[in-house]
Amino acid sequence: MTGNIVSLAIVLLLLALAVWAVVARNAFLAIAGFVAYGLLLSLVWVRLHGVDVALTEAAIGGGLTGAMLIGAVSRLRGTEAAARAERSGAGVHVLALLLSLGVAATLALCVLVLPDPAPTLAPQVAQNLAVTGVGNPITGVLLAFRALDTLLEAIVLVIALIGVWSLAPERFWGGRPGLRHQADPDGILAYFARLLPPLGIVFAVYIFWAGADHPGGKFQSATILAAMWTLVLMAGLADTPRIDHRALRFGIVVGPLVFIAIGVLGLFSAGALLAYPPQWAKPMIVVVEVALLPTLTLVLGLLLAGAPARRGGGA
Amino acid sequence: MDRLLDLFSIVAIVAGGFFFMAGSVGLLRFPDAYTRLHALTKADNLGLALVVIGLLPQMDSVLAALKLVLVWLLVLLSSAAVSQLIARAARRRERTP
Repeated sequence: MTGNIVSLAIVLLLLALAVWAVVARNAFLAIAGFVAYGLLLSLVWVRLHGVDVALTEAAIGGGLTGAMLIGAVSRLRGTEAAARAERSGAGVHVLALLLSLGVAATLALCVLVLPDPAPTLAPQVAQNLAVTGVGNPITGVLLAFRALDTLLEAIVLVIALIGVWSLAPERFWGGRPGLRHQADPDGILAYFARLLPPLGIVFAVYIFWAGADHPGGKFQSATILAAMWTLVLMAGLADTPRIDHRALRFGIVVGPLVFIAIGVLGLFSAGALLAYPPQWAKPMIVVVEVALLPTLTLVLGLLLAGAPARRGGGA
Repeated sequence: MDRLLDLFSIVAIVAGGFFFMAGSVGLLRFPDAYTRLHALTKADNLGLALVVIGLLPQMDSVLAALKLVLVWLLVLLSSAAVSQLIARAARRRERTP
């Protein structure tokens, strides 16, 4: 009973925040609403016992996306006044209303016609999980049963980073992303950026390793590492690397490369692309996860840092 | 003994909830950024501390209890750092209108 009341309160708050994020005229306020929405949504996932999804939603949906949007807003500040002065006509409003209502109605209809009980592969996963050697079914699905999806996801992230980089002006190509952050070296931010990363790194490694048998894994871990890196960058304790640095580029592609190599190996050792021979499943999954960690960390951190914006000397 | 511990938990968590509520009221009612921060940090530090202390006797293992304390310390650290940063930004904006 109390559980239902809490669920209802969360859902109502979630809806209110969603409306707020859409109707707020000030972009910064809208993002504040969106971040709160993401954090609340992760609470919903916890209540649905989807702890893995909750961790990812809090880290990526609330944290990383929120930080990216704030960066975008500060860049758009100059144009915001002009955008606010613009008024669209009544016809556009009616069209937008009809379109939104149509999409909402279609989605609601889809949810209502879902078969009950829903078709599920969960029993098969539970039955065959032992073959993979991992205890967390989410990790098992991501890296064994649906490994192709995870591989493509990692590649998409790398392509997204290339897309961001390609926004750089010609003369800055190969330079350093973003502005050099200047902060008081004795200030609270520098202190924070010295104190937190060691803890964060330990925690990230724990989440990474625990991901085999408990909620967690490379994605959540990489987000924490990227956040620590960003903190150090923002405190001015370190500079972003030049994007033509060989080691950096290797770190970015190593995950997908190792994943593909092991996948091709599966063709010969287990008879199918991305298949693992049973006795080697666990070690191979660990190798793939370890290789994906630097890729994800670097890509997430560099996506946040943005396009190369200055030449930057040295290596 | 168990009853007593439960009572202790209830009192501590309710007191913590009170600080959270007071902090939220302060955030909404206080006039400027500094006083709002003052209200908010009370909620973070005292409110969360009381909730954590209240939950400690309910934990099964010492390790789980230590994790709770660690959560509180981390929130303490980040809220202290962030509120200083916000206050500094507010002050800078004041100087250069």
